Amino acid sequence: MYKLVMSVYKEVLLLRRDPGALIILFVMPLVLVIAITLIQDSTFKTATESKIPILLVDNDKGEVFKMVLKNLGESSSFSVITKDKGKPITEQFAKDKVFNGEYQMAIVIPAQLSSGLKAKVNGNVQKIMEGFNAVADTVATASAPAQKTAPKEVRLYFDPASQTAFKNAVKSTIDKMISQIETKSIYDAFKEQLGEESTAAFEQENYISFKEIVPMFENKAMVPNSTQHNVPAWTLFAMFFIVVPLSINIVKEKNQGTQVRLRTNPVHYYTVIGGKTITYLIICMLQFYLMLAVGIYLFPHIGLPPLGLNGTFLLMSVVALFSGFAAVGFGILLGTLAKTQEQAAPFGSTSVVILAATGGVWVPVFAMPKVMQYIAKASPMNWGLDAFYDVLLRNNTLTGILPQLASLFLFFIGMVALSLFYDEKKRAV
Amino acid sequence: MSNPIIQIQSLSKQYKGAEFFSVNTLSLDVVKGEIFGLLGPNGAGKTTLISMLCGLVKPTLGSFTIQGLNYHDNAHAIKKIIGVVPQEYALYPTLTARENLMYFGSMYGLKGAILKQKINDSLEYLGLTKFADKRIETYSGGMKRRVNLIAGLLHNPLVLFLDEPTVGVDVHSKNVIIEYLKQVNAKGTTIIYTSHHLAEAQDLCTRLAIIDSGVVLIQGTPQQVIEQTQNAYSLEDVFLSLTGKELRDV
Repeated sequence: MYKLVMSVYKEVLLLRRDPGALIILFVMPLVLVIAITLIQDSTFKTATESKIPILLVDNDKGEVFKMVLKNLGESSSFSVITKDKGKPITEQFAKDKVFNGEYQMAIVIPAQLSSGLKAKVNGNVQKIMEGFNAVADTVATASAPAQKTAPKEVRLYFDPASQTAFKNAVKSTIDKMISQIETKSIYDAFKEQLGEESTAAFEQENYISFKEIVPMFENKAMVPNSTQHNVPAWTLFAMFFIVVPLSINIVKEKNQGTQVRLRTNPVHYYTVIGGKTITYLIICMLQFYLMLAVGIYLFPHIGLPPLGLNGTFLLMSVVALFSGFAAVGFGILLGTLAKTQEQAAPFGSTSVVILAATGGVWVPVFAMPKVMQYIAKASPMNWGLDAFYDVLLRNNTLTGILPQLASLFLFFIGMVALSLFYDEKKRAV
Repeated sequence: MSNPIIQIQSLSKQYKGAEFFSVNTLSLDVVKGEIFGLLGPNGAGKTTLISMLCGLVKPTLGSFTIQGLNYHDNAHAIKKIIGVVPQEYALYPTLTARENLMYFGSMYGLKGAILKQKINDSLEYLGLTKFADKRIETYSGGMKRRVNLIAGLLHNPLVLFLDEPTVGVDVHSKNVIIEYLKQVNAKGTTIIYTSHHLAEAQDLCTRLAIIDSGVVLIQGTPQQVIEQTQNAYSLEDVFLSLTGKELRDV
């Protein structure tokens, strides 16, 4: 035990004397979690709160344009520009401005859209009315066959640099708006056919609506926010980055000859590895608590939603501890396999990025291709992230996260066993 | 031979992929209390032999005992009674000399006032007291060699393995190291020592062996090996006579 304590003390001293490692371990993760949460939070706001300027080209000169203008004007997402230097915008002008990146998007309302839509809707309504034989007189006078109207298309131009997620969100909004305009036109046509006195018969409010049901904690709804998604994910990412200083630490011991000395000392290699494991686990936990503190106390001061733990502090700590085990195990294996720092550092950081990507830190696993979903299940970062979300967002218990904890610990055992096996094999040169 | 502390029987080592044996059916006894020199050109097998005796490399064939213990069954017990001073500095550059020695001393189970006293005495003898709390990375080569030596001796080992302990050091550091080794030996520690400095070996060693291609070419006291070799008046004459004059770059 004394040798283990001294090994931990030595590791702590080595870390204290390595400012680069301390920056990697504590400062970089903080910068990362703050930056990513700010970016994701502001992206969310861009799509929902702040207004995106868009160009609206009116080739229609009719009702549809007015309705589009009104709807977009009322929208909290867009501010509409229809004129340039007092003149109506042309499609060519809009196209040029959007494609060179001055504007995010432009909407072009085609010519005769209003009249075409009206003709089509009227024709369809008349057919229905004829079917019901409801207004014989009207039919007698106005039953000319409905004109075949060619479909019209509203053209959208996007800045080529726009991301797919943004385009999809905007397209969905425009699509919804067009559907509403068409629906309104149909109701208006019916009203016209039936006469003004029947107006009250049409209730145009949506009948079907939706409501999100979220988990409850102490009778309070646990509504997830960007902080609750980002803090666990990026904390995990940061914790796994200990792979870099830990593997470099082991490689240095090999290159300095201190490992050779230790092998001739009456101390088990387990004790040496144990000293590193305990030290770096403590680092992992410190990182975790630092990130939590930032989420809880700093985020509200910089305009981000605060991290609400809702009584999950202890369970979150357990998940962090087991995730730390997995990260330390990976670092030990990498340090054992690598011969130089030049091998350990880039491989360590790249592999952590790959583990994060496959583990669902950036893109949720369900949104990945099928093959990647299978690969994600083999990523320790996915187990850790899943356990964090289970505790923080899904209100799960210790029993519920046991599979993830067991996987993380077995990963640690596997990594260390492989390291010891490789080390033993190498000594039989 | 009376009272051997190290007995080596037909010890061989062939590294994986190597064409030749680095150590080839080598047999040797080292008597308790002596300073035994292992001399030979580059690639002769000196470091491989010491590495096997320290448990760093597994032998391909043969066996050895230290204080009657074979390594296979008593690795931990052997590690307790041997001290190793490797050719490289084998110290943590960002730790101070005192921190390094505290750590390596504790790996032998030494602790508290005894360890502190031992460290202070050793640092004092080797002229490092005023640098004890400075980081190793600020030390000169000679100072690092001295700390390296102390780290292998804190637990008063029965047997000390030294792999070229004076390589690359200034004359003053070399003298201090040699004097310290003589003092350590006088207190009962058997020393196995490799070196390219033949005059130093002649002065320090009670017995020596010249090895090449993994086999012992000659062994005895420095005087005996000189006498046994034709036209030899110094250890250097013996060395060149037995190993040839061609360069040995490995």
